[in-house]
Amino acid sequence: MSTTLLLIQVLNGLQLGVILFLIAAGLTLVFGVMGFINLAHGVQYMIGAYLCWALYQVTGSFLAALALALPAALALGVLLEVLVFRHLYDRDHLVQVLATFGVIIFVNQLAEVLFGPAALSVPPPELLDWSFPLIGGMRYSAYRIALIGAGLGVALGLWLVIAKTRAGMLIRAGATNPDMVDALGVNVRRLFLVVFAFGAMLAGFAGVMAAPVFSVQPGMGDNLLIVAFVVIIIGGIGSIRGAFVAALLVGLVDTVGRTLVTDGLRLMMDPSSANQIGPALASMLIYLLMAGVLFFKPRGLFAAGGAR
Amino acid sequence: MTASALSAAADGRPAGRRCAVGIALGIFVLLALTPLLSQLYGGGYLTTLAMRAMILAIAAISLDLLIGQGGMVSFGHAAFVALGAYAYGIAIDEGVYSIFAILPAAFAAAGLFALVTGAISLRTRGVYFIMITLAFAQMLYFAMGSLSRYGADDGLTLWSSADVAGTGLLKSDTGLFLSILAALVGVWLLVNRIAVSRFGRVLRAARQNPTRVATMGYSVFRYRLTAYVIAALIAALAGVFWGAQANFVSPAIGSWQRSGDLIAIVVLGGMGSRNGALIGALFLVFIEEVLSGITHDWRLIFGPMLVLIALYAHGGLAGWIERLQGPRRSGGG
Repeated sequence: MSTTLLLIQVLNGLQLGVILFLIAAGLTLVFGVMGFINLAHGVQYMIGAYLCWALYQVTGSFLAALALALPAALALGVLLEVLVFRHLYDRDHLVQVLATFGVIIFVNQLAEVLFGPAALSVPPPELLDWSFPLIGGMRYSAYRIALIGAGLGVALGLWLVIAKTRAGMLIRAGATNPDMVDALGVNVRRLFLVVFAFGAMLAGFAGVMAAPVFSVQPGMGDNLLIVAFVVIIIGGIGSIRGAFVAALLVGLVDTVGRTLVTDGLRLMMDPSSANQIGPALASMLIYLLMAGVLFFKPRGLFAAGGAR
Repeated sequence: MTASALSAAADGRPAGRRCAVGIALGIFVLLALTPLLSQLYGGGYLTTLAMRAMILAIAAISLDLLIGQGGMVSFGHAAFVALGAYAYGIAIDEGVYSIFAILPAAFAAAGLFALVTGAISLRTRGVYFIMITLAFAQMLYFAMGSLSRYGADDGLTLWSSADVAGTGLLKSDTGLFLSILAALVGVWLLVNRIAVSRFGRVLRAARQNPTRVATMGYSVFRYRLTAYVIAALIAALAGVFWGAQANFVSPAIGSWQRSGDLIAIVVLGGMGSRNGALIGALFLVFIEEVLSGITHDWRLIFGPMLVLIALYAHGGLAGWIERLQGPRRSGGG
């Protein structure tokens, strides 16, 4: 495989990585601070993408759609929290899994009813609708570069908020020992709501950014959510730093692994079997990675300590 | 859903026990009558529906052994169903028709996979256990999707059925129906037998206080792993029937949504209770049928229903039925 192709794969991996991070960041906080398994977090991502599509149809501008989609995603997140999730925090994990599973089923079907089952697409903003030349005559979309940049920017901002502000301090404290934070007189309910709404907005942002790259369709968040869970388990529940490292790791392993594994197998066996085993093995890589990490570090790479 | 409610339901005090057996017996008799009813109304459709429900019930009963008895919330149980289905599908496709070859192969595949993944998964607990069982199921899902010789993602259509010692037992609808019903009754008896055995008691005790059980000299890990393998074997049996009934196997059988369905059935029916998984499975198939008769977008009703059941139905349907029979319980609930 040529260097250029490898470079493209690495960029694609980073792109998947930052999208995963945006989803996983909210998931790991909600999970770490509230001990709440939210299977429906992928739904927020899908909502973001659909909002982007719908608002783009109305406004005709990607940036306007982005600007409007973020508060809308936030509002829908708050709505879901108040209606359903708020009643689940103190409950058994099993109840949480079932209830949020129900939410997925409902919202996916609702998306199908409102927007139809077919995949929709959003064009990237004109400003970024060109491509970078890479060595060897290949090109790479500027939008995708911008997506990686935006993701990394949000990661930096998030780190600043979590590490330097009072709210961030409370969140960190909440992820380590929620009962103690409660005992110290912090309004934990409000903290939960803020964390939840913030996480929903980040996932919505991921959905908006992903809309021009991936197709917008019902259930688009489901499989990504499972991978996001892999990310937060590898990174350690409640740890933003862990989510960041693990998201990039998983993004890269999944993307680059897809080509490298098949190529690597070709060296060892005949091409037809390599072509058959390669993709299967590549799809399993991230799960193998997770099983491996859990085997050696049952609480993930950077466990925050309080997660139950 | 509380620990005390669970143990009360599973302890089987004589009166409640007799009553639960009565309910199960009633359900089995009703099920046995469906082929007759089917001939009166709508041809074979009702039979097919009942078969699907019973197959789901077998799988759900085995999952309840893990969740209800062992406190092990596996989010990858559909993988074992898929292993059974693929063992059946691949055997038929390769021209191996004897069920006495297919069943051992299915059991061996599921048992081995459960032994290895269970040994790793059981090192973790809580949320991590949920996620690692999911991860292993996903691995298997992708592995099955890559079997290009057997249809890859599109699945494998089967053109013939398994053979039972020269008889056409699994070839006719009635024969297949009766076999599934017999398997369901057998599995129900087996799992309830396990629940009242010493093994089951150790398992439940370990769910409530693993440290204490370990101090008493039991290897919690071994008991859990054994239960994990037993549940996998039963799920594989459900998978074999799934293949035989649908004449089609695909990786979708082992998708995480199917594992979610199984959890939904167990919680819906009332986990750790004698008939919870059985009632849950029948209810799920029934409600799916009714709702999809009302509207094409039946999931708009089904989703919120699951949420409400999760939030408000403590002890699930089985708990609800138990409460209908009067306030018998003394402590907890």
